[in-house]
Amino acid sequence: MTKPADQFKWQELTVGFVIPEPGTAREYHTGDWRSTHPVWDEKKCIKCGRCWVFCPDMAVFQKADQYFTMNPDYCKGCSICSRECPTEAITMLEGK
Amino acid sequence: MTEPSRKKIGVEVSIAVSEAVKQCDVDVVSAYPITPQTHIVEHLAELVAQGELDAEFVPVESEHSAMSVCAGSVAAGARTFTSTASQGLALMAEIVYCVSAMRLPIVMVVANRSLSSPLSIWNDHSDAMMVRDSGWIQVFVENGQESYDHIFWCFRVAEDEKSLHPVMLNMDGFILTHTIEPIEYWEDEMVKKYLPPFQPKFRLHPEHPLTMGAFGPPEIFTECKKAQDQALIATMPVIEKAWEEMEKICGRKYSAVETYRAEDAKTLLVTMGSFSETARVAIDEMRETGEEIGLVSLRLWRPFPFEKFRNAVKNAENLIVIDRAMVFGGPGGPVASEIRSALYSGKKRPRIVNFIAGLAGRDVQPDDFYQMVQHAKTKIKDGTEDEYEIYGVRE
Amino acid sequence: MINLDLYAPLMLPKEELFTSGHRACQGCAEALAVRIVCKALGRNSIVAMATGCMEIVSSPLPTTAWQIPWIHVAFENAAAVASGVESGLKALMRKGRLPHKKITIAGMAGDGGTADIGLQALSGAMERGHDMIFVCYDNEAYMNTGIQRSSATPFGASTTTSPAGKVKAGQETWKKNMPEIMAAHGIPYVATACSAYPIDLYEKVKRAALVKGPAYVHCLSVCPTGWRIPSGDAIRYGRLAVETAAFPLYEVIDGKYQLTFDSPKLKPITDYFKGQGRFRHLTPEAVARIQERITRDYEKLRAKCENVNK
Repeated sequence: MTKPADQFKWQELTVGFVIPEPGTAREYHTGDWRSTHPVWDEKKCIKCGRCWVFCPDMAVFQKADQYFTMNPDYCKGCSICSRECPTEAITMLEGK
Repeated sequence: MTEPSRKKIGVEVSIAVSEAVKQCDVDVVSAYPITPQTHIVEHLAELVAQGELDAEFVPVESEHSAMSVCAGSVAAGARTFTSTASQGLALMAEIVYCVSAMRLPIVMVVANRSLSSPLSIWNDHSDAMMVRDSGWIQVFVENGQESYDHIFWCFRVAEDEKSLHPVMLNMDGFILTHTIEPIEYWEDEMVKKYLPPFQPKFRLHPEHPLTMGAFGPPEIFTECKKAQDQALIATMPVIEKAWEEMEKICGRKYSAVETYRAEDAKTLLVTMGSFSETARVAIDEMRETGEEIGLVSLRLWRPFPFEKFRNAVKNAENLIVIDRAMVFGGPGGPVASEIRSALYSGKKRPRIVNFIAGLAGRDVQPDDFYQMVQHAKTKIKDGTEDEYEIYGVRE
Repeated sequence: MINLDLYAPLMLPKEELFTSGHRACQGCAEALAVRIVCKALGRNSIVAMATGCMEIVSSPLPTTAWQIPWIHVAFENAAAVASGVESGLKALMRKGRLPHKKITIAGMAGDGGTADIGLQALSGAMERGHDMIFVCYDNEAYMNTGIQRSSATPFGASTTTSPAGKVKAGQETWKKNMPEIMAAHGIPYVATACSAYPIDLYEKVKRAALVKGPAYVHCLSVCPTGWRIPSGDAIRYGRLAVETAAFPLYEVIDGKYQLTFDSPKLKPITDYFKGQGRFRHLTPEAVARIQERITRDYEKLRAKCENVNK
């Protein structure tokens, strides 16, 4: 786990300020930005994956039962998934 | 210890410099031609074309891209060289600042030349002074042999794991680049012994996916700059060691601050670059007339060698600092300003008289140094030594 | 009958090489483009990125959204840096200092870092023939600094430096044709793409990576913030840009043009403009003028393409 930027002493910084670990942005949860959230109606869902492929935040994932849902840590609530769903299976609801 | 080779050959200094780059077995050379650097990159292109140097020669469309290509290639782990001057350095200046903070150990020869306008292709130090605060290790050389020797030094200092800084070798345009001098080449074995292979701490490669050149929000930027400053200061032992080792290899002794007939001198000339050689001739002549004068030649410009400099001038009453660049509307030349700052906190401070001379190739002969010493005496007598003088200007 | 195209997204690799936690705005179709491009590039690649939205949102210290090696140096030099990485690796592999391995080098920039301040470095890198891809994520203005116009901003669009006012109707110049400029370099591969067509974008980047020599992909990347549209409409507007030929999709492979999306009947440009805040001020006369230009440009493009009925 990386510390927040404002807790680093200068001595703790890497040479050239290189970030040696990949993908650490995952530690930053953009889910806090959300004011609406998507809800999947699995009766309507055809598991096509359009909600997954169009998510700019990699916040939609496929569950073990092949249906899709959102990752609350990262979903910013943009509603692209809802707009692009071919069967209108995704509804945006107010709140987180 | 390798027996130093003693055979000297007459060669244009630019060619010798390129031969040294070849001997360092660089992987990438990227440059854009500009007078008076051209002979260096032309010769490197020739060496690559002839198969004598196995390197990628990247003939970019601008100096900005030259430094950018260097950033990419050294980030990939390749030993990387470039060279420029004047307007070229100005154009690439943005990236010059980036690569030092990113700790990318590029070696660059700057064939020092004045900055426009008016356009001039001739030598002074205004280009080097423009990037004074760029965070590079910056060194000045006095003659052809020093230029050649310091290419090996530059790569060693740049790539040392305790350094990892870009290094700028400043050599006076035309005065050095286009002069044929007797130069003693190193045997390849000596280079091999002196310069270990480049082993980057971080490199761009899919095996270790890392992020270089990340964005610095305000909460961390100040810490980044402190770390950068401390890292540059911490290169001093690497720099000193590289000179010590060089003496063992080739027998020539270099130092951050060099003195000539300075021990008992009341007055010291302070110079950088090829002026220092001329100044030595002038000092010999003045010494014969009983003048108590010597020379301090500043070789290392960044990191500034505070201790060594203070020590070198501790017994002097007067310093005559000769700058080769302007600071418009400022306190005098950049070297003089630096030296005033370096000495201000001392208990015993010498007087500092500042001349700006030799702009854009204006010739400065031994007699001109003599004249500057006489002017300095008058200024001290009149109490006007704080006012810098552009030497030789017609008015 | 099942429409198999509907299930095409499931064919894309699941692995994300551009990760969650990046700070792009809600509904950023440029972040989506980066995501799809990275899927196509795969793990054996290195990215050199220009300063801009994607650089800022992906790399604030001390974290990174990148799973592949990534370098940023400055705004205008992504192509030069990428060409340096390529040259460095080439030399090191040739000299036996690194094991031989196919590594895809990709330069990336926004429309400013490509068509404006970065054009010279890009032209140089393409002309020199480096084995690299350059991807332009075109959101049609300087969004990172606050929606200022670029040379890729379309005619009529209102931005903060081409504002619509009493005497001016927004951007007064036509969108610079970057793909044509790249094609004029005679490089082996040029394509336009849009993240509203992720499979097409993926396939084009895959093809670009296989090409020996320079390849250029110009990706329209809808920006809800700058275009003043609801975030959920980012994909829909990308589709409309293609369906109206405001942004046609095509490839130029070894000089040969082919359309990748050809509609027998283009949608009117008004379908695309409707609802975009940046075009809201346009008069019917201005729209007619733009429609005429778009139709003409599209016919010119079709005439060059070998795979369309003329």
